[in-house]
Amino acid sequence: MNLLHRLTDGVPSRALWSLGLFLAALLVAPAVLGKYGLSVLILILYFAYVGQAWNIMMGFAGQLSLGHALYAGLGGYIAAGLFFHYGIGPWLGLFAAVAAASAAGAVVGYLGFRFSLAGVYFALLTIAFSEFTRIAFDHWGWVGGSGGLFLKVDATTDWLNLRGGPVLFYYVILALAVGAFILCRLLLESRLGRYWLAIREDAEAAQAVGVPVLRCKMIAVVISAAMTALAGVWNAFYYNNLFPETAFAMGRSIEFTLAPIIGGLGTLFGPIVGAVVLTGLGEIFTDLSEFFHISGIKQIFYGLALLIIVMYRPAGVWPWLADKFGFGEKRQ
Amino acid sequence: MSGAHLELAGIGKNFRGLRAVHDVSFAVPAGAIHALIGPNGAGKTTIFNMIAGVYRPDAGQVSLDGKKISGQRPDLVCDAGVGRTFQIVKPFKGLSVLENVTVGALHRRPNLTDARAAAADILQGLGLHDRRNQAAESLTLPDRKRLEVARALATEPKLLLLDEVMAGLRPTEVDVMVAFLRDLNARTGLTILLIEHVMRAVMALAAEVVVVSYGEKIAQGTPTEIARNQAVLDVYLGEEET
Repeated sequence: MNLLHRLTDGVPSRALWSLGLFLAALLVAPAVLGKYGLSVLILILYFAYVGQAWNIMMGFAGQLSLGHALYAGLGGYIAAGLFFHYGIGPWLGLFAAVAAASAAGAVVGYLGFRFSLAGVYFALLTIAFSEFTRIAFDHWGWVGGSGGLFLKVDATTDWLNLRGGPVLFYYVILALAVGAFILCRLLLESRLGRYWLAIREDAEAAQAVGVPVLRCKMIAVVISAAMTALAGVWNAFYYNNLFPETAFAMGRSIEFTLAPIIGGLGTLFGPIVGAVVLTGLGEIFTDLSEFFHISGIKQIFYGLALLIIVMYRPAGVWPWLADKFGFGEKRQ
Repeated sequence: MSGAHLELAGIGKNFRGLRAVHDVSFAVPAGAIHALIGPNGAGKTTIFNMIAGVYRPDAGQVSLDGKKISGQRPDLVCDAGVGRTFQIVKPFKGLSVLENVTVGALHRRPNLTDARAAAADILQGLGLHDRRNQAAESLTLPDRKRLEVARALATEPKLLLLDEVMAGLRPTEVDVMVAFLRDLNARTGLTILLIEHVMRAVMALAAEVVVVSYGEKIAQGTPTEIARNQAVLDVYLGEEET
């Protein structure tokens, strides 16, 4: 079976057309949207992309990671550090970034999975690694310690070194998000994907029907970490600054989990829909708090909105939407 | 698919000083159906878990067609040709009935399409085909038991370990399952070892019965021999005071 066939097999043509239109709209968006609109869209794509990466571990393989900031932070710091110190561009640097994050993922995964840490205990392990990496980076001179690492802001577009304005970063994150979506679809419809779902549902039963549980979990954590590292690289070059306090922050790890949870764990569209909902709500409440001159109103309403979604749509927004519009992608 | 010869040689297992299984030996010839019975807590499921690779025996070894399988990981034991069901059923709850069996079928199939087709065939045989698109968690207990059998069979085992698959089934349903297993065994020569409390099924299926009590084998023989065996009667009915 060729790749295209595997991608589109079993997808209703109506859904394919909608997807095509959606993608076309995203491709021309920078020409239509203003500066503000584009920055919001960039955020949406960023969270959709990392959400997709995190979803592989939690949504597919059922392993709760609350330390994904580790992989994004490592990726960002390594690519930015190589560029800052040696002028090595991010397209090369990303290989080092991905390698380091994959290795970190493999270490965390092996410790957790080999010694059968499950559920919240595994989550605690992921938090611990993220936290002590933060502390290590606080004291590491090469990356600027707690004072941070700054890249020179440069508005001239330079694709080779990923320097330029928002439009450049928009297309890069769009390519990443589309790539992640396609990869996840292929993974889910593969032997490995089915094995992940089986492990998520019951690891012991999966192993009894021949699933090499440890190996499958390791592959999940390494793929997820590698993808997250790319998000970190993109993020570092987009914002031009890195601080251990934010790069490895617990809050950042949590942020990565929100889009797939709100959108629908284990679904392909969940992270995308979740990112739209979350970023949209965030922007609306920011505007409201500015309009009424009450600071903090954003956090309160944002929290309330999440609470309401989780209470009334515990399986996520996407499975409910899909049902309504007859696309019918259920949680696999 | 044909049966394999299972041999247990003096296997034993302790859990923190508690002797769960001690020096149990028996063999199931290729293509035979044997039953493993005994009171609750006798160590039957522990024996199964040692065959299936969940526990490593502290003593002795398990071999399949002369090759040692004990001490290996469960997925490798499955590779070697052992399929098993769980006494407390373990369906992949969120997946459909068909996908549950497909995961098993993937084990010896090159791709998802082939695995789905094989899974559908097996579901047909077990009367679950109409429910193939239902989520496994929506099945009734008897159907979940059938799903356990279907998923284990999908891995194309040479030895099938059935842990109380008749429990909770109505007598007519027991008869249907017995007929299915007997037919399967006749058609494919699959070796079957079952743990069972439903004597109706044991009598109908097993050529030989192994009885364990307090972790030790106390008798082995044909169902009629076992029904008359004094040691077995003592275990089940209590010793007569003299």
